Amino acid sequence: MYVAVKGGERAIDAAHAWLAEERRGDRTVAALSIDQIREQLALAVNRVMVEGSLYDPDLAALAIKQARGDLIEAIFLIRAYRTTLPRFGASNPVKTAEMAVVRRISATFKDLPGGQVLGPTFDYTHRLLDFALMAEGEAPIGLAEQGAAALGTLDPVPHVTEFLNRDGLIETEAPSDGTPPDLTREPMELPAARPLRLQALTRGDEGFVLSLAYSTQRGYGRTHAFVGELRIGSVAVEMEIPELGFAVEIGEIELTECESVNQFKGSKTEPPQFTRGYGLVFGQTERKAIAMSLVDRALRWKELGEDFTGAPAQDEEFVLMHADNVQATGFLEHIKLPHYVDFQSELELIRRLRSEAMAAITTTQEAAE
Amino acid sequence: MTDTLEAGAYNFAYLDEQTKRMIRRAILKGIAVPGYQVPFASREMPMPYGWGTGGVQVTAACLTPDDTLKVIDQGADDTTNAVSIRKFFQRTAAVAVTEATAEASIIQTRHRIPEAPLSEGQILVYQVPIPEPLRFLEPRETETRKMHELEEYGLMHVKLYEDIARHGHIATAYAYPVKVEGRYVMDPSPIPRFDNPKLAACPAIQLFGAGREQRIYALPPYTAVVSLDFDDHPFEASKAPHDCDLCGASDSYLDEVITDDAGGRMFVCSDTDYCRSRCEAGHMGRLGVPQQEAAE
Repeated sequence: MYVAVKGGERAIDAAHAWLAEERRGDRTVAALSIDQIREQLALAVNRVMVEGSLYDPDLAALAIKQARGDLIEAIFLIRAYRTTLPRFGASNPVKTAEMAVVRRISATFKDLPGGQVLGPTFDYTHRLLDFALMAEGEAPIGLAEQGAAALGTLDPVPHVTEFLNRDGLIETEAPSDGTPPDLTREPMELPAARPLRLQALTRGDEGFVLSLAYSTQRGYGRTHAFVGELRIGSVAVEMEIPELGFAVEIGEIELTECESVNQFKGSKTEPPQFTRGYGLVFGQTERKAIAMSLVDRALRWKELGEDFTGAPAQDEEFVLMHADNVQATGFLEHIKLPHYVDFQSELELIRRLRSEAMAAITTTQEAAE
Repeated sequence: MTDTLEAGAYNFAYLDEQTKRMIRRAILKGIAVPGYQVPFASREMPMPYGWGTGGVQVTAACLTPDDTLKVIDQGADDTTNAVSIRKFFQRTAAVAVTEATAEASIIQTRHRIPEAPLSEGQILVYQVPIPEPLRFLEPRETETRKMHELEEYGLMHVKLYEDIARHGHIATAYAYPVKVEGRYVMDPSPIPRFDNPKLAACPAIQLFGAGREQRIYALPPYTAVVSLDFDDHPFEASKAPHDCDLCGASDSYLDEVITDDAGGRMFVCSDTDYCRSRCEAGHMGRLGVPQQEAAE
C-alpha cells in the first residue's frame, strides 16, 4: 500500500547531524582552531573576505571551518551574516599611495622610485611538494625576518602610474566625491557606472573573473595589458565622525591593488595614450586583483570609444549578471530540489505530443501500403 | 546552525526593519502596478539562492506575530524545502504554522497554487526563479525592460505560434505566461498551467518574489489575469487524465508516483492538504484506505 512520502523534517535533522560529524572528521585527529586557519590558510581566508565583502579574518576562518573548506559555501556564510549587520556609515577613501607595502612590483619599469619589493610571493618558487612540511618540520625563519625588517624602514612608495601621467602618456583618472553605489543595498541597474562594476568585480567569483581576464588576453576583447603596478600592504581606514568634525583612524586593513596599463591606439574621441584597468581586493589576493583590472579595462570600451567586438568580457550585462558565485551556485544547485510538479506537466505534454506523432506515423504508413 | 537562535541575535522574521520597509515599498509598488516587475535590493538570506530567497524575503516583510503561516513546495507541506522554510520562520518569528490552507493567513508556495479556494485577507507568496517571461526569448535585461515599457510582446506570440506550427499545441507546460489587466505579460512562476485559471480574480493577494534576480511583482485581489493564447487555439489547463488514487479527486493536480520497477504507477494529489482533508471527509480513491482502518 502506498503512503505519501513523509518525514522530510526527520531526514533534514539526521542529515545535519551527519554533516556535523563529517565536518569534524576523525576524532583521533586534533580539531582545527580558528587561529590555525586564520594564520596558516590566510589566502583562503582572504578570498572569503573579498568575495564575502566583509573584512574579518576571524569570521572568515570560522566560515571556512564550518564549510569544511568549501570556499564558496564559506563566502555564502559570511554574506548571510554581513547582510544582517547595521551600517554606521562609510569610511573615507583609503589612501593606497600611503600603503605600508609588503610587496610592490611593476612589470613596466625595471627600477623605479620605491624599488621592486618581491615580498612573500609564490612567483619564483619551484612547485615541488615540500615533504618536510608533511613531517611537520619548519623552514628556518632567519631570512624572512631579514626581509620583514628591511621593509620596516620603507617610506610610502608613489604609484607607478603617477610617473606615466606626468608626461600625459596615461589617461588621467578624474577624482570624484560622488557617493559610490552599493549593490548590496540597491538592486543592480544597467547600464552600470564604473564604480558599480568595480564593486561587482571585487565581489565576483575569482574563477569567473580569472577566466574572463584570460579570455581578453587570448583575443576576446583584446586590451593588451601589463601590470603597471601590483602592491600589497596595510592602509589605515579613516572615518569622519560628525560629532567630532574630523576624521579618526578606526583600523587598518590589508589590501592588494593592481593597476594595469593598456595599450591604446586612440579612438574617434580619445588621443593615443595608455589606459588603465583597476583592481582592489582585501588581503593578499593578487590573482584576483590582476584579473579584475583586465576585466575592468575590457568593460570600458564604450567610454573610450572602442568597438564592441562581442567578446564576453566586454559585455557588461553578461559579466555583472554572472559574476556572483553565491547567486550562481544557488541557482545551479537548486535544480536538485524537487521539481515533481513541473516534471509531471512536461511528462503529460511529451506523452501527448508523442501519441499524436506516433498516430501520424501509423496513418502515413497505412496510406503508403 | 544550532536549533535555537540566541534571543535578540536576529530581528523578528530575520530581516532588519529597514530592509523590511524597503521590501514593503516594492510590494506596494507591485500591487499598484499589477504584473510589473519592481526591482528591489534583495539581501543574502541564510538559505541559497534558488531555495526561495525571494519568497522568504517577501514573507518576512509581510509577517506579523499574529499570522499563521503555511509553506508548501510542489503542493506538499512535508517536502524538505517546505519543512526547512517553515522551520526558519518558526525559529526567527515564532509564528503559528498550519498545513490547512483555509487556516493560513500567509502561504508561501513553490510551484503550486493550493486547490482549496483562497479567501480575502490571505496572502499567497510565490517563489520565483526567473521573473522575466521574455527571458528565454531575449537574454538581456536592458532589452526586456524596454519591451515591457513599449508593450512589445510580439516575440512571445511568435514563440507560441511556432509551438503550434511545430507541435500542434503550445508546448509550455509550466510557467505559462499570462497577461495582467490587459497590460503586462507576467511569468506566474513555474506553476503547472493547470493552476493558471486560479490566478485570475483571486480574492487573496498574490505576491511574487525573485531573490537572485532582485524582483518583486504582485497581483492585487480580483485582478484580471489571462493566459496567452489564440482564438483558434484557446488556452487549456491540463492535468494527468486520472483521478487521485488516494482521495478520488478528479479536479486536483496529480503527481505520478512510480510504485515498482515493472511500470506500475499511481496518481496522487500534489496538494497534500487537499488530499488529506478529502480522505478525512470519507472520499476514497482506487488505492485509498478507509480512514478508520488507516488510524488503526
